[in-house]
Amino acid sequence: MRYLPQTKKSRKEMLEAIGVSNVDELYKDVPESAFIDGFADLPHHKGELAVERILTSYANENISATNVPFFLGAGAYYHHIPASVEYIIQRSEYLTAYTPYQPEIAQGTLQVIFEYQTFIAQLTGQDVANASLYDGASSCAEAALMAMRVTKRNKVVIGNELHPDYRGVLKSYVGNLEDASIEDGEPDEKTACVIIQSPDFYGQPHGFEYWRKKCDETGALLVVVINEIVSLGLLPSPESADIVCGEGQSIGLPMSYGGPHLGFFACKKKLIRQMPGRLCGMTKDADGKRGFVLTLSTREQHIRREKATSNICTNQGLCALAFTIHMSLLGEDGFKRLARLNHEAACRLADALEEIDGVKLFTEHFFNEFVIELPKDAKAIVDVLAEKSVIGGYALDGNQLLVCATEMTTDEDIKTFVSVLTEVLK
Amino acid sequence: MSEIKFTNEHECIKIDGDVAWIGITKYAQEALGDVVHVELPEVGKQLKKGDNLAVVESVKTAAEVYSPVDGEIIEANVDMENNLELVAQLVSEGGWIAKIKISDASQLEGLMDEVKYNEYTENLD
Amino acid sequence: MSNELEITQDINNKFTAQQARGLNYEENLLWEKERSDHSGVDLPVPEGSAVRTGLPERTEDIGLPQVSEPQVVRHFVKMSTWNYSIDHGFFPLGSCTMKHNPRLSEKLACLAGFAHIHPKQPESTVQGALKLMYELQNWLAELTALPGVCLVPAAGAQGELAGMMTIKRAHELNNQSQRKIVLTPDSSHGTNPATAVMCGYELRVISTKDTGRISIEAFKEALYATSDDGSDIAGMMVTNPNTCGLFETNIKELADLLHEAGGYFYCDGANFNALVGKIRPGDFGVDVMHVNLHKTFSTPHGGGGPGSGPICTTVKLAPYMPVPVVGMKNDTYCLQWEEDRPETLGRLKGFNGQFAIHVRALSYMMSCGANGLKQVAEDAVLSANYIFSQLKDDFHAPYDAPCMHECIITDKIQKDTGVTTIDFAKALCEYGFHPMTVYFPIVLSGTMLIEPTETESKESIDRFITVMKKFAEDIKSGDTEKFHSFPLSTPRKRLDEVIAARNPVLRWSCN
Repeated sequence: MRYLPQTKKSRKEMLEAIGVSNVDELYKDVPESAFIDGFADLPHHKGELAVERILTSYANENISATNVPFFLGAGAYYHHIPASVEYIIQRSEYLTAYTPYQPEIAQGTLQVIFEYQTFIAQLTGQDVANASLYDGASSCAEAALMAMRVTKRNKVVIGNELHPDYRGVLKSYVGNLEDASIEDGEPDEKTACVIIQSPDFYGQPHGFEYWRKKCDETGALLVVVINEIVSLGLLPSPESADIVCGEGQSIGLPMSYGGPHLGFFACKKKLIRQMPGRLCGMTKDADGKRGFVLTLSTREQHIRREKATSNICTNQGLCALAFTIHMSLLGEDGFKRLARLNHEAACRLADALEEIDGVKLFTEHFFNEFVIELPKDAKAIVDVLAEKSVIGGYALDGNQLLVCATEMTTDEDIKTFVSVLTEVLK
Repeated sequence: MSEIKFTNEHECIKIDGDVAWIGITKYAQEALGDVVHVELPEVGKQLKKGDNLAVVESVKTAAEVYSPVDGEIIEANVDMENNLELVAQLVSEGGWIAKIKISDASQLEGLMDEVKYNEYTENLD
Repeated sequence: MSNELEITQDINNKFTAQQARGLNYEENLLWEKERSDHSGVDLPVPEGSAVRTGLPERTEDIGLPQVSEPQVVRHFVKMSTWNYSIDHGFFPLGSCTMKHNPRLSEKLACLAGFAHIHPKQPESTVQGALKLMYELQNWLAELTALPGVCLVPAAGAQGELAGMMTIKRAHELNNQSQRKIVLTPDSSHGTNPATAVMCGYELRVISTKDTGRISIEAFKEALYATSDDGSDIAGMMVTNPNTCGLFETNIKELADLLHEAGGYFYCDGANFNALVGKIRPGDFGVDVMHVNLHKTFSTPHGGGGPGSGPICTTVKLAPYMPVPVVGMKNDTYCLQWEEDRPETLGRLKGFNGQFAIHVRALSYMMSCGANGLKQVAEDAVLSANYIFSQLKDDFHAPYDAPCMHECIITDKIQKDTGVTTIDFAKALCEYGFHPMTVYFPIVLSGTMLIEPTETESKESIDRFITVMKKFAEDIKSGDTEKFHSFPLSTPRKRLDEVIAARNPVLRWSCN
């Protein structure tokens, strides 16, 4: 098997050096009945060509956004990824490194994390950011748990239309804790935090003044969730929040059928000791040169065990790298321009769809995603559109459809969408 | 008159009338290494003997400091947050983390004096 | 020697002189570079139409740098040269299974048909993706003898959470909510106690100090400490092989006792590499375990993620797992949600799991085959025992051989000379190795946990052994001073973690 460098000779030499006659003697502590002699239902090893053929055929069974007009968003977005991003993240030194626990031989990964943390802090208007979490949904759940620790209160309030996956994950995480509850509405004196998503699940942007005031009155923390991070190039900074968290997939990462994506997490400096996840900090080496290390690790599971702020170990290292490279390429002007291009594409799409008989724009304000109302059941229409090679959006309950446009959306795509949808609605 | 007592969890206590000043012993400081953070208790908090009073952190460890008695926190050493070197000072000087108003003085009876504590630490590995 | 070209640099500022020696590069932060007047991505010019966001446009400076494409590429490539990786050399990091990462997996995960599909696309348009996940579920079910598989968890720690929440859900729906206590040995990964607490459980620790294993007596003591029949025990969290590199000899008896008391056995699958293809955890009493695809199934660690930690359960626990699970209906693959799985604990992650990692893992499994995987486990165990046999006389070896896929030594013999475990780690950095895991497990002092994996040649292992033996010899002869300054040839010498923690600087800022 090609991944194994041992030879018959080297195996024999090692067995002799150990002083056993075969490898099963090394397994003497394992109960006899736990051994299995072969797997009837699993195949033998295969060459690279054979595996490539099989799995490529699986890939070809899927309809990819690269091949069809594509208007689906709802928390994962189809954006362009510059070639340099895909090239650099495949470098061995990043791809096959471990968590930078030995900082002297991991300064590359560490400086990247430091730059990533800076990008997130700047974008969200917060003081500090961590090295990333699994995804937007778990990041949101971790924010709620953190708010409960900080305020020593156990009620989480959802203030507007939170992504249903985020809501589900929040329910699972918070539901584990005794006496903890999740409610919709407004905060009171028992509330640990209010969660506001912007743009919300229907694509509508929100200001935070109202919620900031409510939080100040009740002592709750304001948690802002962003699941289309490109929107931060056009919408006001969520700097007034106590915690800003969400999904960074839009910058540098493909949708990959749902993962791996990038949970980002930023907050005010006074809260850092309650933050979940890894943190990279600046320091100096024995010669006084600037360097970076993982720091404040006494919050984490490997030291604090049952008193840790979270059980999380990993960050999404390589995803954070992709994000950082893409952000570096975009820069200040490029990022703002990208945001505008997304918004303008959505405006064009909205205008075009409104022209169709029976289609109404349901959300007046939006960033790159909005809701339209159809004369028929949206789920059925999405399925028919898919048969006609258009990925038409995300069907909400009843006749409502959530559609999205990005810089990838061409005028040709919009034209095709309009003509196919017109035909389907006839 | 005040006296210094020790626990086997390596707290040292200066008993000053009905107030106990709580710090950590030299042995504990050496085991921890350089202290990077101290989490102080809130003034007014009621503690039972054995409750977590503070956390002293080094780079790789977080050591809990436990209250040796029932009582109320009447003062926390806020200077320590900005001057971590204070942790290393004697409890009777800058090295106290918090002061507790003792509710039940009888709980102090089992504590070690310096001689006994030194014997105790010599026998630890 | 002239000092004119020496790099002078302090912690907060730019380089006053920049230079490289040989292949050693310096590289400043993006924010310290001169700001370009254009982006490194050429995007079309927007129309500039009025915004329809209902909010004022963000026009102020966000504080992002701006550099050209060649500068960006050079920036990240230069920094990459400061990293050690499995592609560089031996990486015997215990409990992390740093094995070779085949590039075939990368190539396949990047195919447009996998990379550019959306988790909410109609199922009819992603049958290939669902088939792949379905097959991965089958492989994992076969290899663990645990037929319920959920691929959702994003990493090992989330797999643990999924596993423990599955147990909790099962107890709740079977009127066993009085079970509040979880047993775990003191040698467990830190995630185990952290996870138990996240689930709202109370932790009871079993001491393994003397032998590195859980004894039946200590286990019974913990199991029956607060009830006659263990009716307050929700389950146990045990890593097997355990974190001391040993197989828990009594594992079946422990599982039987636990099951008799009504508890479930969660197995931390971090060390599955010792067993894969040869021993099935379901056959030694495990009810639920997570599998780290980024360890056993060789998906790259990426400098700290992304990982993937699917869980595998018995038939009995399967209904309670998180959703979605991939199923099959009328020859069509489908995602099963709450409607199909009413007893599920719900969601743990947005969307369907770390799909791109699933692609890589299946590619690896297919490449190895069942026979190859068995050889993987055997070679991993053989290599660890070989290292142990060669080092056990030079270093303190707390536990008897044989070990499984990793072995423990400590600094007990050397530490009185002032050379301790951290010094060995840093000396290995100097000599071109990644160090082993140090100071874990925490049951002993100064532990060094060595996991060679099956993808290391004997030649490479021998070099490591030679270097370790040389260290021991030098120390024996009194040559200890140098150990405190290692590493010297790395891009940075020892870094001051105390400064970093006392005054955390976690981001660049202009002041």
